[in-house]
Amino acid sequence: MEELEVDITGKAGTFRISVRFTAEPGVTALFGRSGAGKSTVLKMIAGTARPKEGRITAGGRVFYDGAAGIDLPPRARGIGFVFQEGRLFPHLSVRRNLTYARWAGRRAGRRSLDEVVALLGLEAHLERHPGTLSGGERQRVAIGRALLADPQILLMDEPLSSLDRERRAEILPYLEAVANETHIPVLYVSHDTDEVARLADRVVAIEEGRVRAIGTAAEILGHSSETGQEVVSILEGKVIDVDADYGTATVRVGDEKIELSAGNLMQGSKVRLRVRAADIAIATVQHEGLSIRNQLWCEVKSVERRGNSADVMLAFSSENLFARITAKSADLLRLRAGTQVVALIKAVSVERARILPVIA
Amino acid sequence: MSEAEVEILLLSAKVALAAMAFSIVPAFVVAWLLARGRFSGKSLLQAVVTLPLVLPPVVTGYGLLVLFGSRGPLGRLLEEMFGVSFAFRWSGAALAAGVMAFPLLVRPIRLSLESVDRGLEEAASTLGAWSPVVFLTVTLPLALPGLLAGLVLGFAKALGEFGATITFVSNIPGQTQTLSLAIYALMQSPEGDAAALRLIGLSIILAIGAVILSEWIAKRLQKRGGNGRA
Repeated sequence: MEELEVDITGKAGTFRISVRFTAEPGVTALFGRSGAGKSTVLKMIAGTARPKEGRITAGGRVFYDGAAGIDLPPRARGIGFVFQEGRLFPHLSVRRNLTYARWAGRRAGRRSLDEVVALLGLEAHLERHPGTLSGGERQRVAIGRALLADPQILLMDEPLSSLDRERRAEILPYLEAVANETHIPVLYVSHDTDEVARLADRVVAIEEGRVRAIGTAAEILGHSSETGQEVVSILEGKVIDVDADYGTATVRVGDEKIELSAGNLMQGSKVRLRVRAADIAIATVQHEGLSIRNQLWCEVKSVERRGNSADVMLAFSSENLFARITAKSADLLRLRAGTQVVALIKAVSVERARILPVIA
Repeated sequence: MSEAEVEILLLSAKVALAAMAFSIVPAFVVAWLLARGRFSGKSLLQAVVTLPLVLPPVVTGYGLLVLFGSRGPLGRLLEEMFGVSFAFRWSGAALAAGVMAFPLLVRPIRLSLESVDRGLEEAASTLGAWSPVVFLTVTLPLALPGLLAGLVLGFAKALGEFGATITFVSNIPGQTQTLSLAIYALMQSPEGDAAALRLIGLSIILAIGAVILSEWIAKRLQKRGGNGRA
C-alpha cells in the first residue's frame, strides 16, 4: 500500500511552514483558510518548491530528504498535479493535453484515454483548444491530464476555486467519481467546507503553516467556526431504507435514524450527511403535527454566545450536532450543558455530502 | 527584369538568408539568457547586443573590418581554421547584415520568452517531461510567434543593410552589391535614375510582401494556438 509521509519545515513568503502528516489511499484534505501555507506544502510534495529540511516519502520511495541531500525533480516523483488555474497548454488540443504525460513524459498508465474521457465527460471536446473551453471544462481536462500521468499520488490545489458556484456544482460529481475510484493517496487543498465535506476521507487542518488538527471530516469541520467558515455538522451512517415514491431515504446514524430527501441512494450504502447549523431548531419537548421529519433527542454539550446568536453543541449516541439559534432563544429555553433537548431537522435540510466507499 | 536586376535580387536574398540562418541560434541563446538568465553581466550583455542598433553603421562596419578583415585577428583565425574569408565577398556582406539585424532578432524573441507562463513549464515537468522535452513541447511552440516576428524583422533589416556593409566589404557588383548598394551606385551615375527607380519599386514590393507574409504567419499561429493562454 502506497502511503505518503510528509514531515517538513520550510518557508512560504513571510512565515514558517512546519507540518507532519501521512496520507493513505483515499482523499486527504489539506484544509485551512487561504494563506495558511496549504498550497506551499503541496508544491513541496510535488517538488516545485523546496523545503528547508525534513523528509517526504511515498510508499518507500524518498522524494525529499534534507539530511541525505535527496531532492527528486518533479518529473521523477510519479505525481499528478491539478493546478488552481488549470494550466492547460494553450497551443495543444484537448486530446494532446490529456495525453501529454504519455507522449512527452513517457508515462504509461493503467487507465486508457477512453476511460478517463468517459469518467470526466470530455467526449465532445477532444479536438478543441483550451482557449475555447469554459472554465469548468478546462478544469475537467486538467484533472484528466493528471489522471493520465499514471500518478502514484494525486495532488489537487484548490481545483475549484477559480470557478463560480454553478461550475463548481458541475465538477464536484466528477471529483467524487475520481475520489471514489482511485486507490492512491489524493491530497486535496481547499478552504471550502462544502468541498471538503463532499470529498475528504480525512482532513488535515492547517493554520499558519502548522497542522492544527488531523481527523475525520466530522471532527474537523464541526469546529470550523474558528476559521470563519459556516458551522456544519457532519454525520456518517448507513442507508437502511429508501422510499422511491417520495424520493426519501433513511440513514442510521449511531442509534438514531435520520430521514433526508435524496432519491438516488442505494440501500446498504454508506453515506456522509451534512447539516448547516442554522438549519437545526431546538425544542425542549417532542412535537406532533410537524412537517419536520427528524426529531432527535440530544444532550446539550455546550452553549457558546457569539453576539446575538448562540452556537449550541449537541450530542446523540457518539455523534455531534451543531445548531445555531438566537441568543434570545437560548436564554428563553434555558439551554446549558447537560440539558436534554430535541433537535429538529427538516429532511430537505439534510444534504448528502458523499457516498462512502464500502470497506469490505 | 533585366539579368543584372535578377542577379542583384538573388544576391540580396542569399545575403539576407545566410545572415538569418547563422544568427538565429545565437540570437535565441542570447534572448534566452536575457529573459531567463540570472548572472551579473546581464546588463552588459544587453548593452552589447543593442550596440549595432545605436552605433553609426559605419562604425560597426569599421569594427567588423578591424576584427574580421583579412588582417584582423578573427578574420585570420577563421581563414586558417575553416578557409572562410570575408573581405570583399558576399559572406562578408552576410556577416555585416547579420550583426546589424541581431538586436532586432533578439528583442521579439526575448519578449515572447518572457511572456511564456513558467507555470506551464512547471505543469509539464509534473507530467513527467524532462527539461529538453519541456522546452521543445511547451516553451518553443509558445515562443514561436516572437521567433518568427524576429526573423521577418531581421530579414528585412538584412535586405536593406547599407552602412556597415559598404564600409566592411565595399560595393562590388556580383559579390557585395545588394539591393540598397545597387540603388546607391545607380544614383551616383548620371544615367542611372530610371534603373534606380525600377530597383526602388522592386524593394517597395518586397517590403510590402514581407509585411503581408508576417501578418499571415502571425494569424495562422494565433488560430492554431486557440487564441488564449489558458
